[in-house]
Amino acid sequence: MGVDKIWVLAESVEGVPTATTLELLAAARSLGSTVEAFTWGPDTESLAPVLGAHGATRAYTVGDVSPGLPGAPVAAAMAAQVQAGNAPDMVLVATTYDGRDVAGRLSARLDRPVLTNVVNLTVEDGVPTSHHAIFGGTQVAKARFTGPGPAIFVVRAKSFVPEETGGGPAEVVTVEVPDLGRANDARVLERHVEERAGPKLDEADVVVSGGRGLGQPDNYAMVEELARLLHGAPGASRAIVDAGWVPYAYQVGQTGKTVKPTLYVACGISGATQHMVGMKGAKNIIAINKDQEAPIFGIADLGVVGDVHKVLPRLIDALKARS
Amino acid sequence: MNVAVCVKQIPDPAAPGELDPSTLTLKRDGKLILDDSDSYGVEMALQLADQAGGGEVTLVSMAPRGETGGLRTALAMGAAKAILVSDDALAGSDALGTAKVLAAAIKRISPDLVVAATESTDGYTGTTPAQVAELLGMPSVTFANKIEVADGAVRVHRQTEAGYDEVECPLPALVTVTAGVVEPRYPSFKGIMAAKSKPIEELKVADLGLDPTQVGAAGARQEMVSVEEAEERQAGEVVVDEGDAHERIIAFLEQLKVI
Ligand SMILES: Cc1cc2nc3c(=O)[nH]c(=O)nc-3n(C[C@H](O)[C@H](O)[C@H](O)COP(=O)(O)OP(=O)(O)OC[C@H]3O[C@@H](n4cnc5c(N)ncnc54)[C@H](O)[C@@H]3O)c2cc1C
Ligand SMILES: Nc1ncnc2c1ncn2[C@@H]1O[C@H](COP(=O)(O)O)[C@@H](O)[C@H]1O
Repeated sequence: MGVDKIWVLAESVEGVPTATTLELLAAARSLGSTVEAFTWGPDTESLAPVLGAHGATRAYTVGDVSPGLPGAPVAAAMAAQVQAGNAPDMVLVATTYDGRDVAGRLSARLDRPVLTNVVNLTVEDGVPTSHHAIFGGTQVAKARFTGPGPAIFVVRAKSFVPEETGGGPAEVVTVEVPDLGRANDARVLERHVEERAGPKLDEADVVVSGGRGLGQPDNYAMVEELARLLHGAPGASRAIVDAGWVPYAYQVGQTGKTVKPTLYVACGISGATQHMVGMKGAKNIIAINKDQEAPIFGIADLGVVGDVHKVLPRLIDALKARS
Repeated sequence: MNVAVCVKQIPDPAAPGELDPSTLTLKRDGKLILDDSDSYGVEMALQLADQAGGGEVTLVSMAPRGETGGLRTALAMGAAKAILVSDDALAGSDALGTAKVLAAAIKRISPDLVVAATESTDGYTGTTPAQVAELLGMPSVTFANKIEVADGAVRVHRQTEAGYDEVECPLPALVTVTAGVVEPRYPSFKGIMAAKSKPIEELKVADLGLDPTQVGAAGARQEMVSVEEAEERQAGEVVVDEGDAHERIIAFLEQLKVI
């Protein structure tokens, strides 16, 4: 079995394809000969030029799903295409809220398994093969499907680098959503956007994250201040997200964001494997922790054994004095 | 209101994981405990049933060797009863196989609400709940960090990239919870004692009317090909703060041209 056609689940925010969508398009292009996007939203025409420029020749759309959630209708429309004979060899989905809903429901509808937490994809002897970081990224496992396709893969953010091909706009094809019964009964009543100043966490060149070692919620202000001084974004370990100090959108790690900045500064973070899989791709890592045995020091380029309550204020003052 | 909570019983995450060299899958032969991720679902379910003024919380779990360790913990928190699906034919199940088993078990109790965690600690595929919902033909709202039930519908704050969506969904529905949703209680001594006599119904694949070729290793239709050492990051310089560590950091930042 070679790989001919690949579908990429294309997510967008306000008419712009998300970064992970472009990453998946780049992956798809390197693996198959035909790349098509599968999307939803009020205006697919506006997405078509960017999707096309990144290699998608066609963009299937189910149209506007609001006020419903995309999981059920998008998965059902994909499954209907497959059952009608228009089947890709692979379906690539990003590890996002909606992506996992679509992948799970598609898998159940088609009775095809899913491979998740994919960090790389290759075709080996004609078989799509996924790579998974296991044991906190110390080992890489390779897996593949043994049954009929399409092979559904859920891929982690930042696993591939987006690349433009210079292709023209993707051809927009509207597809039918079959009857969904009760599966599509959820309704979004209102969207709440939490404002954040500065660069986005997953796009920032510098990320400064805080953990439980900060001691109390107020001390997170030091992390924000340092991030601001370095023109970066503040992030967090799950410990302080779960404790309610900062919103979930700040979380770095297995269940949070994957970041690959030029510099990652970990303040009062122990370096649990689930945290490290989200940040060990940073080019440079500075860790400040009072415990010299903390696992984070095992991957830090500069480790400072010290108290964040002492080191951070002095660092912040010194940086302020320079500007 | 009757609530079904999916609870996974997993090896103690504090113990280092080990792969079975023949199948390259995680070894799960020690004692199993309640996945911490599911303790939030159990707590949420108990509170919602309580607020609804009645109804039962039933645990649903698939685990090897008739393991009940994790179920007893959740029963001690206050759940009324449990369904445990345990069958040698289920060894090697993937997420879809697991979802088929959970969906079949849930069908037997026709709950108003099904609760699961967004992802398990040991498997973390994060797709099982959506698969369960699709197999049951149910609507689902994933990534809840707040849940209320009123007038036959569930109202959920669903996390998004930008913040959260307020989502309403008529029951029956499936909801997955994050760790932020509630603070799980510790089982009381009385709860632990009571849990010992709470019913756990143990079922086999045949009891659920499932085709054995659809579950377990046979149904998984995926295989691990190899496991290799990843490229390791090396530890760099470590300095002990003597009141001057910030200067070393500044020098490092200058070298990176971050400042
Ligand atoms: C399924 C699953 C998914 C998970 N996903 C994530 C994830 O996405 N992201 C994530 O981060 N975690 C995740 N976790 C949690 C993870 O296992 C850890 O519990 C968490 O990362 C710990 O956060 P922490 O480092 O802030 O806290 P701790 O582990 O408590 O570490 C605090 C550190 O601060 C240090 N410290 C204390 N006081 C000071 C001081 N004054 N100065 C300097 N240092 C100090 C301590 O030495 C310690 O090393 C997940 C866990 C599970 C089970
Ligand atoms: N074997 C199982 N028994 C009961 N619930 C499960 C099982 N596997 C997965 N689940 C539920 O599905 C959630 C997501 O699991 P996963 O897809 O493994 O990340 C878990 O947190 C549980 O709530």
